[in-house]
Amino acid sequence: MSVAIEFRNVCFATAEGRLLLDGISLAVEEGTTTAVLGRSGSGKTTLLRTVNRMVEPTSGEVLVSGRSVREADLIALRRSIGYVIQETGLFPHMMAERDVALVLEAESRPREERVRRSRALLGAVGLEPEQFAGRYPHQLSGGQRQRVGLARALAAEPGVLLMDEPFGALDPLTRAEMQDMMRGLMARLKKTVLLVTHDLDEALYLGDRIVLLSAGKLVANLGPEEFLRSQQPEVEEYVRAFHRGEERAAEEKRA
Amino acid sequence: MSGFLAQYGGEIAELTVEHLWLTGAAMLFATAIAVPVGVWLTRRPRWAKPVIGVANVLQTIPSLAMFGFLLPLPWLGERAARVAIIALTAYALLPILRNTYAGIQGIDRSLIEVARALGLTDAQRFFKVELPLAASFILAGLRTATVTCVGIATIAAAVGAGGLGELIFRGVASVDNRLVLAGAIPAALLALVCDGALGLMERWFRIPAPGTAA
Repeated sequence: MSVAIEFRNVCFATAEGRLLLDGISLAVEEGTTTAVLGRSGSGKTTLLRTVNRMVEPTSGEVLVSGRSVREADLIALRRSIGYVIQETGLFPHMMAERDVALVLEAESRPREERVRRSRALLGAVGLEPEQFAGRYPHQLSGGQRQRVGLARALAAEPGVLLMDEPFGALDPLTRAEMQDMMRGLMARLKKTVLLVTHDLDEALYLGDRIVLLSAGKLVANLGPEEFLRSQQPEVEEYVRAFHRGEERAAEEKRA
Repeated sequence: MSGFLAQYGGEIAELTVEHLWLTGAAMLFATAIAVPVGVWLTRRPRWAKPVIGVANVLQTIPSLAMFGFLLPLPWLGERAARVAIIALTAYALLPILRNTYAGIQGIDRSLIEVARALGLTDAQRFFKVELPLAASFILAGLRTATVTCVGIATIAAAVGAGGLGELIFRGVASVDNRLVLAGAIPAALLALVCDGALGLMERWFRIPAPGTAA
């Protein structure tokens, strides 16, 4: 397997001198999903955004398919990387069909091709094209919007997909549906996915590798199984935070 | 009444057209200046305050004084209509400029981020995302400017630029209320019609808020 995304000692400091990324080194295998966990402010989103150069590292290097992103043409780089964010990412003035194929529109591909591709993708994310192609974001539910967002990220057939808490704003049942769809889709499409989340369950369910960030440092990079069993204090703390409810219920039972 | 209309009807129509032409030309100029400048200000927010400040000051000059200032200027003064159009343009700048700037500044930052992340060029981001999302805002500014200018244009008659103000001034001079009304009523109607028409356009471009009706 080859490495699709590589971070080499990536640091990022804000203009005020706050260090958000502190020497991150990480290799993401092609065709795998890496979930990036960490509390708010730990640098997850910043790390993700160095890949499509929405953030330029202060030092260090990010490589996609072995090439430094700094050498790539910015527009071409961004078009070759799918990007999904939480909730608000759809354009309120565009019907789903147009929004999904926006990158193709930006590349001046023929209309007929755009429509065909857009409809195929809507189908792939579980939205009946006949019914949903003509809908504006406000005519869609939260889960449907997120599906459209995912379809859009896939439009230019990117090898790499960046997802920033894509299902964070959804209720647990809708989120579970989305995660199932996501798993099916990724098994089929073999994309390299970098998934930022703070939901441990989501990370375990979708991630081949789980990376934990804390205060800008990479503190763990483990498989799901290892992550749950890890004795490392930062990892234990994170895992424990998610099982408090269960523990409480178990205590109640014992009492 | 019918005798009055028979006597003045043609003139009212002619002056209405003239009035529209003065206002229309001014709106065209003002839009051509204020929209690009407003867009430019969103790229250089540091300039926003001083530039909008200048437009603000223009707005506060009493209209009669403004016409008076412009009249002695070399090329402008030759034709009263030129003076009127330039003065009206100056008044129309502020609302259009302010709304263009605020309309684009007010767009949800995350949408701009997404447009960049998708790999839209600056021009594509502007035409495909920013302009359509700010359109109803810009049109609202245009509407305010138009209605204001239809009103101010009546004063242009004071420097001989014509328009419906001419009937009003003549009516005042000859103490003939019918003449005053013959100018004032069509001017008011014109303002209402412009307001309504631009209001419709504005609604057409309005973006439905997310979360309404699913």
